Amino acid sequence: MALALGGYFSSASNVFTGSLVNLQTWFSARFVAVQDFLTSPRDIASLRQRNIELEGEVSELQAQVIQLQQQVGKTQILAALVDFEQANPENRYLAAAVIGRDPSPFLHYVIINRGSNDGILRGMPVVTNQGLIGRVDAVIADAARIQLITDPASSVNVLLQNAETEASLVGSVTGDVTLQLIPQDINIQPGDLVLTSGLGGGYPPDLIIGQVGNVRSRDFDLFQQATVQPVVDFNRLEIVLVIVNFKPVDISPLAPAPAP
Amino acid sequence: MRNLVAVPVILLTVMLQSAVISRVYLLSGIADLPMVMLAAWALQENVDSAWHWAAATDLLVGFISGISWVVPFFGYIGIVFFARIFQRRVWQAPLLAMFSITFLGTIIVSLLSISTLSFAGVPLPISDVLGLVTLPSVLLNMLIAIPVYVVMRDLARWVYPSPEVE
Repeated sequence: MALALGGYFSSASNVFTGSLVNLQTWFSARFVAVQDFLTSPRDIASLRQRNIELEGEVSELQAQVIQLQQQVGKTQILAALVDFEQANPENRYLAAAVIGRDPSPFLHYVIINRGSNDGILRGMPVVTNQGLIGRVDAVIADAARIQLITDPASSVNVLLQNAETEASLVGSVTGDVTLQLIPQDINIQPGDLVLTSGLGGGYPPDLIIGQVGNVRSRDFDLFQQATVQPVVDFNRLEIVLVIVNFKPVDISPLAPAPAP
Repeated sequence: MRNLVAVPVILLTVMLQSAVISRVYLLSGIADLPMVMLAAWALQENVDSAWHWAAATDLLVGFISGISWVVPFFGYIGIVFFARIFQRRVWQAPLLAMFSITFLGTIIVSLLSISTLSFAGVPLPISDVLGLVTLPSVLLNMLIAIPVYVVMRDLARWVYPSPEVE
């Protein structure tokens, strides 16, 4: 005892306890290995089951996220349309969803889910919160066909706001819109705003269409031409507004008859 | 009674065309599912109602589309006409016949559309139309030709079952 207290056995004690610890570690490691071996099959099965459950939950949550994102997108569109309606109180609007497009690639028409039962008439202008998209071309009870301003047969009388001149906006089979009949002496610049002029009675005035892109002015041409970048993305039309209190004017009887 | 199957099939086809296919662009071209469906149906050996299907599809497409009814009427009737001829001539290679009719049909419908719109005074630059509308439409129609042919072949076997060979 006195020797131990005096530290004379410390090296022997260290060797002994070290051996014990190593032995204990060896036993413990073997035990854990055996325990893992015995319990792991059950754990893997339960983990697989749990994994399947969690994957199912993740799928459901992802579906919910997609649905909510769609609802958020639709809500944002509707909110923008409501803002547009409040900012333009002079018109009465009817919202409609775009449910289809014309089967022919040569035409640019969309089909909406509102028709004569909702008070829609042929010739009514159609807009989004961004700007003009076209006008009603044909109506049945619960649906209507809209001729977009990108249609090759479409022609809209427009006003170039900065240049304070009028021109004609025509569509094309590729969906591009072009300004025509711009007098040569008018100075137009890329970025100039293009609005409906209201001339001809087909559309109400001051509806935004887009901005002037490239200007083509040649000395030997009678008029200048310019491309227009529309403010509306015509490939992503989802909800539109029909201006229901606008009565288009048919000026065709006033057009001069062709000379015999 | 067997012709009644045309009603849901044509309705579904035209609805799919308007709601889905017409939104999938290649340049400015889109596939023409009703036309490809009619071509595939008219190429089936036992089918004797292709003309009726063509007439019904003409009516529906002419009603929905802004283009003159002349285009689907003569276009789809012409496609059935050529498909019946091809079906007799190249019956041993139905896929070749399907591709040929799809190509021919797209060209016919495009030419009819161009003619009708030009007659109505719509300006159509021919190079733009051929390069950006007609050729991409041909390619898209070719892409859907095989799956549509397979579906219509199965439908034809169901509607017109072959007599049991003993």
